[in-house]
Amino acid sequence: MGLRRELPERVTRLAWILLILGVVLYGAGYLLDAKRAAFNNVVGFLFLASVAGGAIFLIALEYLAGAVWSVPMRRATEFLAALTLVVPLLAVPLLFHLHDLFHWTHGEAVAAEKVLAGKAPYLDIDFFIIRFAAVFLVWNFFYFLFVRNSTKQDSTRDPKLTTNNVRLAAVFMPVFAITVTLTVVDWAMSLEPNWYSTILGVYYFSGTVLAALSAATYAIIKFHENGYLPNLRRDHFYSLGALLFAFINFWAYIAFSQFLLIWYANLPEETFWFIKRWKEGWEYVSILLIIVHFVVPYFALLTQDSKMDTKRLKLMSIWILFAHLLDLYWLVMPTYGEGIPFGWMEIGFPILLVGLALVVLSYKVKRNNMIPVGDPKLERGLSFHL
Amino acid sequence: MNEQHLFAITALFDTPEEIVHAAQEASKAGYTRFDVNTPYPVHGMDKAMRLKPSRIGVFALVFGLLGVFSAVGFMTWVTLVNYPLVIGGKPFWSWPAFVPIAFEVTVILASVLTVVTMIVLYFRFPNNAHPLHDTPYMKRVSSDKFGINIQADDPKFDEKEIRAFLGRIGGKEISPIYFDAEEFEHGQKLFDPKFLGVLAVTALVVSAMTYVVFNKVLYMEPFSWMSAQEKLKAQQPSELFKDGIGMRPPVEGTVARGFLPYAFKGKPDEAGRFLANPLLSTKEVLERGKSRYMTFCSPCHGNFGRGDSRLQGQFPNPPTLHSDKVRNWPDGNIYHVMTDGQNIMPSYATQISKDDRWAIVQYIRVLQRAQNAKESDLK
Repeated sequence: MGLRRELPERVTRLAWILLILGVVLYGAGYLLDAKRAAFNNVVGFLFLASVAGGAIFLIALEYLAGAVWSVPMRRATEFLAALTLVVPLLAVPLLFHLHDLFHWTHGEAVAAEKVLAGKAPYLDIDFFIIRFAAVFLVWNFFYFLFVRNSTKQDSTRDPKLTTNNVRLAAVFMPVFAITVTLTVVDWAMSLEPNWYSTILGVYYFSGTVLAALSAATYAIIKFHENGYLPNLRRDHFYSLGALLFAFINFWAYIAFSQFLLIWYANLPEETFWFIKRWKEGWEYVSILLIIVHFVVPYFALLTQDSKMDTKRLKLMSIWILFAHLLDLYWLVMPTYGEGIPFGWMEIGFPILLVGLALVVLSYKVKRNNMIPVGDPKLERGLSFHL
Repeated sequence: MNEQHLFAITALFDTPEEIVHAAQEASKAGYTRFDVNTPYPVHGMDKAMRLKPSRIGVFALVFGLLGVFSAVGFMTWVTLVNYPLVIGGKPFWSWPAFVPIAFEVTVILASVLTVVTMIVLYFRFPNNAHPLHDTPYMKRVSSDKFGINIQADDPKFDEKEIRAFLGRIGGKEISPIYFDAEEFEHGQKLFDPKFLGVLAVTALVVSAMTYVVFNKVLYMEPFSWMSAQEKLKAQQPSELFKDGIGMRPPVEGTVARGFLPYAFKGKPDEAGRFLANPLLSTKEVLERGKSRYMTFCSPCHGNFGRGDSRLQGQFPNPPTLHSDKVRNWPDGNIYHVMTDGQNIMPSYATQISKDDRWAIVQYIRVLQRAQNAKESDLK
């Protein structure tokens, strides 16, 4: 069993082509229509941030829960978590367009509105950038420690490293809850500074885990089919499918809870946000979101057989990644206004995201063992039965 | 001693691998009526025994759908037919409010009824007689051994052959299990009159006890904790009075404290002439008046009494309080309008106390003065 193999030449080439094409499209977008490009950039940034953050969460979850089944495929999740290093770069152009994005950056508008003036200490540009930097420093710090321990174990086979990671995971969980909430509050909720929803952090978290899990599922199945992870069985795939199915339901539960509470209370300062997404064509996007993000994956993954079917799982992981992108688009773009923006930017920008993920993946695959050979749980993970 | 029937031939194995192998061999040899008993669930056993996927999921689906439809149907009937009630200004049939309840009913019906189905259909509740019960074989397989039993009703059953087969695949302590037909046949069945009778008696006893506890015991000393007292509560009947009504009307020709009738009902001019404001225009009075004015008057008359509230155009427009007519009214006239109502404005006597009404009058005077300031006020 080859522990270390490069991705095929054509995949690496495709990754770089997509990356360069994406960068060109981004540049063109910012030159032609900076405001629209910035809003699309927020969608893309939140998307890749959720894949990266969610991947660290999945690593921590495995250690904390003492999961055995996911050990043989943990490396795929670790490779995805490496995106944490590059995702902040995606936000750099945004920092120069904060005025286009955020109403609260306009001092005179804030001074005129009592509600915004009250939020001014939090919605402050310096503090905003500090929070952004802090979130990614923390994520990178934990990513670095998790992966350092995990790769060190390949050669030392020291079971104490697993114990260290379990402790680290226990610390990471509450930290992740706070940082993921900060991320979505800062980048999505503050687009409408008058609006607030206390559940939005959980809402983004549910999408985050889904995005990371489907990206990991797709990568794992591809690795398996091409002989990188030959020892996986139906039992492993079933576990991935079951987790996907669970989080599909979790997302629907949280999304509906958010809607129900705001609908019930019927306060104008909260309902306008949903009303905005229920007029001028956005109602079709909202319905589409429910169908794409819940109804279709729910029925596609309902039966036991479909959760073991690698073809179905591959299709559904790509589907759910698209659904998460649509979710973020629905979250961010109504603030941009001007109907439902859909053009080359909306189609073109995700190319960069795919390219970036593939480049990072091929880079990490080249330099790491595909299987955590030193993990004390590996043996049990490989012989995992349902 | 009753007649003994052969139930099955059993064999014991030492490890889970051996029992999985034995199950594979048994299904390969074509046996269909056999079962495996292990101290804990063994992975891969369903495949080794060639079991078909359980159909219990179908029951769960049916009961779940039953839950959705009964919950939504019941709530629809309640909100549309039985007791339509406007809640929060929303339509009678507000489906988002139904979702959590429909979800809960779905979960509870699907889970509870599926478990009941499993117990009745698969475990043949309430029949708890099984030939394997209380046998040495059962004692071993619930402790440290793994057992297989091939049953006598298998179409390929042949005692000698099976003993040989079990020996070949490594089984130990191969032994037959007999059962007492008498005992087995007379095991409990679901529609056994005796069982149903016991069930009915239990239900009756439990309901009767619940009834007695909640309706009698809890009203006895010392369980009542003084909740039952020898006094009349509102709306209660009383045998003390001839008409049997507990609540008494006031004695004719008397007035209850604080309920002095308004003397100028329908007589605004007299009210203006004879009523004088008992309150002085002090800071406390004006602040009280302002607070009451903002609560009760401003929704129609506007924050400054200009008649420019957001209700403009939805009603006959409320008048301004700065017209010459109102400014020249004596205090009693304004007080009268609040007490008795005027045109479309209803009486506010029940919402605003007497003193508060006079305080509002003082505050309206301040508003009028502020809107029509004279040169001399600036000095």
